[in-house]
Amino acid sequence: MELLVTLVLLTFLVAIVIGIIVLRDLLAGVILLGLYSLIAAGIFVVMDAVDVAFTEAAVGAGISTILFLGAMSFTRHEQKPRGHDSLVTLVFVVITGALLIYGTFDMPHYGSADSPAQTHPQLAQHFIHKSINETGMPNIVTSVLASYRGYDTLGEVVVVFTAGIAVLSILGLVRRRPEEEAPEDAPGDLPTITQDGSEHNV
Amino acid sequence: MFIAATIALLVTMVLTLVRALLGPSIFDRILAINSFGTKIVLLIAVYGFLTNRPDFMDIALVYSLINFIGTIAVLKFFEYDDLGSGAYQEDDF
Repeated sequence: MELLVTLVLLTFLVAIVIGIIVLRDLLAGVILLGLYSLIAAGIFVVMDAVDVAFTEAAVGAGISTILFLGAMSFTRHEQKPRGHDSLVTLVFVVITGALLIYGTFDMPHYGSADSPAQTHPQLAQHFIHKSINETGMPNIVTSVLASYRGYDTLGEVVVVFTAGIAVLSILGLVRRRPEEEAPEDAPGDLPTITQDGSEHNV
Repeated sequence: MFIAATIALLVTMVLTLVRALLGPSIFDRILAINSFGTKIVLLIAVYGFLTNRPDFMDIALVYSLINFIGTIAVLKFFEYDDLGSGAYQEDDF
């Protein structure tokens, strides 16, 4: 049953990604991206990675949707027709994806009992039996995240905090444009004249 | 019984996803995606009872909150073409 749910949800992800690629409407693409993150978080819940799912839902579905919408208020709502370079991009994306999938072959299988974390003689037993005494936290995952590898988590928090400050400094400094100015003349827009001089009516 | 509910939810998700991908107007997509988020919340709840571990209900609640915030943001952007400033004119409303 878990396999069925996971497979159906992964199929949804593929369908959504194809839809995002095909659609020219950027607003529809943004809200489909939010849906993608929500489904990915659902898959993480099904695979018992609840903390990852929590982060994915908050960051992917919540914050990045609002971030994309804020970025879209500087541009137009339609994607420009692509040039001739999309085939080269496709080749690079396929090569990168193949390398990433090739890299996963070295990882232990999902739920495998032979993974290094399971076969290490003292590691799991140490965390299960002593983490409550050493850290005082009832949740073992939280004790590993916040105490045993606390400096790593601190680094992550610094990165996220810096990114948040950067986003606020970009979005917060912009004044609302006057009412009579159409969205086509927004300050972030590229010129609509292409190289051969023809003008796109979007 | 939970298996039947799970399969029914997956079928409903297929239907709303079709509407979200094909929907001619933006309102079709927003409505379909809001409904799909609700289905994700229901799926997490039903799946928790299916596997005899209904511990993830609070996660489902947070998902519904995030879904609501996303819908509000999209609708606000669609109405005002802007998210940042709150200085709207009186006749905007």
